[in-house]
Parts: sequence; structure tokens; C-alpha cells
Amino acid sequence: MLPIIFVMPVIQLLVLSFAATYELKEVNFALVDMDRSIVSQQLITQMQATGYFELWDEYTSTERAVQEMDKGVVSLVMVIPKDFSNDFATGTKSEIQLIIDAVDGSTAGLIQSYASSIITEFGRKRNGNAIVRIASVGGNLSKSINLISVNWYNPQLDYLTYMVPGILVVLVSMIGLFLSGMNIVREREIGTIEQLNVTPLTKSQFMIGKLVPFWIIGMFDLLVGLALARFGFEIPFLGNLFTILIIAGIYLILIQALGLFISTITDTQQQAMFIAWFIMVVFILMGGLFTPIESMPGWAQDLTLGNPVAYFIKIMRMVLLKGAGWKEVLGMVLIMGSMAIGLLGISINRYKKTVN
Amino acid sequence: MNPIVQISGLSKNFGKVEALKDVSLEIFDNELFGFIGPDGAGKTTLFRILTTLLVPDIGSASVLGMDVVSDYKKIRPLLGYMPGTFSLYQDLSVEENMMFFASVFGTTIEENYDLVKPIYSQLEPFKDRYAGNLSGGMKQKLALSCALIHKPELLILDEPTTGVDAVSRKEFWEMLHVLKGEGISIIASTPYMDEANQCDRVALIDKGEILNINTPKNITSEFKKPLYGLKHPNKYELINRLRDFEYSDSVHPFGEFVHYTDERGKIDTDELKNYLNVNGIREPIIKQIDPDIEDMFMSLMKPEEMDV
Repeated sequence: MLPIIFVMPVIQLLVLSFAATYELKEVNFALVDMDRSIVSQQLITQMQATGYFELWDEYTSTERAVQEMDKGVVSLVMVIPKDFSNDFATGTKSEIQLIIDAVDGSTAGLIQSYASSIITEFGRKRNGNAIVRIASVGGNLSKSINLISVNWYNPQLDYLTYMVPGILVVLVSMIGLFLSGMNIVREREIGTIEQLNVTPLTKSQFMIGKLVPFWIIGMFDLLVGLALARFGFEIPFLGNLFTILIIAGIYLILIQALGLFISTITDTQQQAMFIAWFIMVVFILMGGLFTPIESMPGWAQDLTLGNPVAYFIKIMRMVLLKGAGWKEVLGMVLIMGSMAIGLLGISINRYKKTVN
Repeated sequence: MNPIVQISGLSKNFGKVEALKDVSLEIFDNELFGFIGPDGAGKTTLFRILTTLLVPDIGSASVLGMDVVSDYKKIRPLLGYMPGTFSLYQDLSVEENMMFFASVFGTTIEENYDLVKPIYSQLEPFKDRYAGNLSGGMKQKLALSCALIHKPELLILDEPTTGVDAVSRKEFWEMLHVLKGEGISIIASTPYMDEANQCDRVALIDKGEILNINTPKNITSEFKKPLYGLKHPNKYELINRLRDFEYSDSVHPFGEFVHYTDERGKIDTDELKNYLNVNGIREPIIKQIDPDIEDMFMSLMKPEEMDV
């Protein structure tokens, strides 16, 4: 068990951080080039030069190309109209059709934005009037307002910078929630708790005995994870390490208290495991790790007010990436602290040193 | 003799199941007291109340002069409890289990080594072995050692010999006698009637009720009617014919024999032999025998349960 506790977080951090990426690489696209001109060839070269798109094959009709998409081999079909180079040369409006496989919504969105920016860029360079029409959206890009956006705190929009602090939170939560809660239910399941209950051991001594070892393991895992993030992934480390550690300590107590609470309402490890998983999945999916909380509907945003994972992910990102100090995060820390005290109180109260 | 356990009017229900019905009894200092009864008789429930793990519905119980409900904190350090299921840490070694339970009671193995020595010394060659890898008899010895490590005044053992081989069972009771000699009071339960003779006094318990409390000797002497043992190759027919007999009182199979009592008490065995011969049971062996605890138990059990 011990090696698993220590090795698992490292593997989790490495695998998740590299694999669960939102960046687009080498998306296969099918081409229907009705123009067959130098200009269209240049556009295709441009598409591939970025490294985001890879030409799968050329087709003579849109229908044939879409068949390839149905098979799942290409995610994008680009249709260049017959008069493309002509219109381009004379300055007339020209349209390029992009058909995107939108089964995976977020990938489709990325393909759309990447492809349209390449085409727009191409048109701008050539002084043409290339207008991208996207089949899945159908909107035209306005040329009248020029937006210049600057990204703060993560200028390159580096995916790892954004994900790693969040994954660290998930990792610490797993240890806190599963290990401590499961441990008490296990004692009940195999009967050792009956022997313990007749000892002079007090409730709080028992609880501390159950919490402290896993608290230490959780903190140790967090330190390893932070070191890996700092020196392995080169995540910016603008805030104070001790601020992170103190908050993590409070957060771990909160999560462990939740684990204890689960253990007081269940009789078997199976029940406890099921409830813990249920809660964990909801917490993670609604914690702002993968999808921003701001884009959730109002009621869901209200629900996250009771989600400790959401608070800690936010705090981690704020402190690590923005250098936030106590002033900025204190409110959230106080909420977590009072949740921890409340939950711990309830679970210690519920745990009885008697059968039934 | 002053009582160390006093139980009066104790009842406990689990939903509709009446686990204990109005149980009252006293157990005295330095006694080896046995609860004898089948599975589901209420032995474990009673022990859990005595060890302060369970609160009774009605009635009261005191252990070592303290109430099990209000003074549970004071009672716990003075008790050594061995639950019916093996309740030590299987993933800790023999020695680690001992050290753990010693430290939980604020003591060390060395401090009370003299008390546990006769038992623990047998385990010491295996002290680095995981408790889960011990044999059944060894596990019970370890559990007893752990229950003794804090020098309790009263040992409560819930079916300590269940699932243990015959030799280990005998050894186990010998150990209990040694401990009794050290001045420790012991309460043990067992489903094995033959172990009753190991106790100073026994309580026969069934369906949550105490049927009888006495010394093993007195319990069997309370068996008033002469008891006959009958033997015949066709045991099933023998039982049926005996039950059909007009003066038949009780008929129970006991191993190779069938135990029989007659409504008229002492009988002429030739008359019974004749009756059986006429009814197809040729040449049965009939002899008068001494009753044991099991006969007593059967006679005390309610008639509707006797359809064995």
C-alpha cells in the first residue's frame, strides 16, 4: 500500500498533465480543392506549415470528403470554391467552407478557431478578402473591429501552467478522502473496531490517530507534486510556498473530515467507496479543473460554493500563477476552515464507541 | 463471595427480534462462569452489554460494581474482551499486535509479561509472523494474550473455542484455569455442551432466556427421570417407534445412541425391548445411562423446538 500512496500521485501528475491536453496537434483534414490554383496551394501549405493540421487526402466532391469524416479519419473538411483564385486576384469576396466534426465540442471549437485564424491571416497577408464560413457555426468574421488581446498570468496560454495546479489539488483530495474514510470502515468491516472500542482510547484520540498519518502523507505528496511542478513542468511560482502549505493543511483536514463523515454513515468499504467516488467525481467535474466555473449555469455556480475542491483549485491557481497573498484568498480559506470544523464536529459526534 | 457482575431484568431487542428477555443473574469474584447455548441464543448480545458496547433496552447490569451505561469509561480499562470473531490486526505481526494493545492501555509487554507468559511464550517463535497467517488455535492464543496484556480484573471471552481444533480447545481451557489461579475472573461462552464441565458454574441460555444456572454437576443431577440409551442399526426407525410408544416422554438422538425418558420414570427395559421387537426393531441395546448437560439442555428447551 505504501508504495502505491507515494508513486500514484507522481504517475497521475505526469500522465494527466501531458495527456489531458487541450492543445491541438496534427488534426487530419480532407481537402476539396475545386480551384486548383497556386493561391489555393499556398493556402494549403500555410495550413500544414503551422503543425496543427495535416492533409489526409484530396477529394473531388464534398460528399466524398464528408464520408471520410463519417468514418472518423478526418475531423475537418476544407472546401475551396472554383473561383477562389480569381476572386482573390480581383478583390471580390470569396468564401471557404470548413466542415468540422463536432462530436467532441471542445475539440471542434479549437479546430474552428485555429483554422479560421490561419485563413484570415492568409487573406490579410495577401490583401484579399477571404471570408471564412464555418459550417458548424455559420457566422461571418467581422472585419470592422480589430481585437487585440493580451493574456495575463499565462501569456502563452500554456495548458500545463493552467492544469498542473488543479491536478495537484485532485491528487491531494484523493488521498484525503479515500484513505482516511476507508480506513475506519475497514476496521468496522473486519471487526477490529470491536476490540478497540473496549479500550480506554477516547473518541478524539482515535480520530486523530486516523487523520494524522494520512494528513502527513497528503502533505508529503503535495510537496513532491509542487517540486515536480516547479522543476519538472516549470510552472511559475509567484506566491509564497508556506501560504500554499498552510492552506493545503486546512484543505486536507476538510477533505479528511468528509471521509470520516462518509465512514460514519456506511457499514462496508463498498458503500463507502461508492459514496466517496460519487462525491469526488462531482467535486472534480464541478471544481473548475476542466471547465471554467464561470461558464456553468447559475444554479451550478451556486452549487460550487459548497465545493471544497473548487476553492482549493482557485486558490492554487491564484497563489501560484498570480502571486496572490493572504489578502486575496483569506475569504475562501475561512470558508474552508469553517467547513472543516463543522464537518469534523459532526463526524466525531456521529462516531460512537458502541455497536449500533 | 462478592458478586462482580450483577444483571437484573435485562432485555434487548433488535427490531422485532428479542435477543434477551428479562435476564437476571449474578457472577462472583474469581469464578469461571460459562454461558452455554446454541447460536443465536443471545450470548454475544449479553457480552456486548457487559463490555459496554451495547446499551440495554430494559433492566440494568453492573460490572465490578459499576453500571455498564453510566460508568462505561471506568469499566473498559478493567476488562479484557475477546470478541467472537477474530478482531486483531491481521496485517500486523504477532508482536506488533501485542505492542499495540499494550500501548492503547498505557502499558508495555514487559510490565505484565508474567501474566501472559504461559500463553505468549508459545507464540514467541512466530512473533514476526502476520496475525492473519496464524492457525485458528494460535489466533485465539494471541487474542487471549492481547486481552490480558493490561492485567484486567475480568476476562470476557465470546466463544473463544469456536472453530478451534479439539487439542487446542483443551489447551485453551487449561490456560483459563491457570489464569483463574492468578485471581482473574472469567466469563466465557460456548456452543459446545461438553465444555460446560470446565466451568465452575454455567448458565444455560436459549432464545434470549436463561434456562438454568448451577454448577455443571448440579445441573445434571437436576435431571430427575432415569435416562436410557438405546442403540440399533436402523436409528431412524428406532426414533420413530420410540416416539410412537404410548408412555414416551422424550426421544433425542445423541451420536450413535438415542436418549429416551419414559413418562412413568423407571421402567422395565424388557417391556420396551418387547415393544420394539414387535414393531420391527430387532434386538436393540437398552441401558440406563447418566444424563449430561446436553440432556438437561434438551429437556429445558421449549417443546416446539424439539423436533430434531
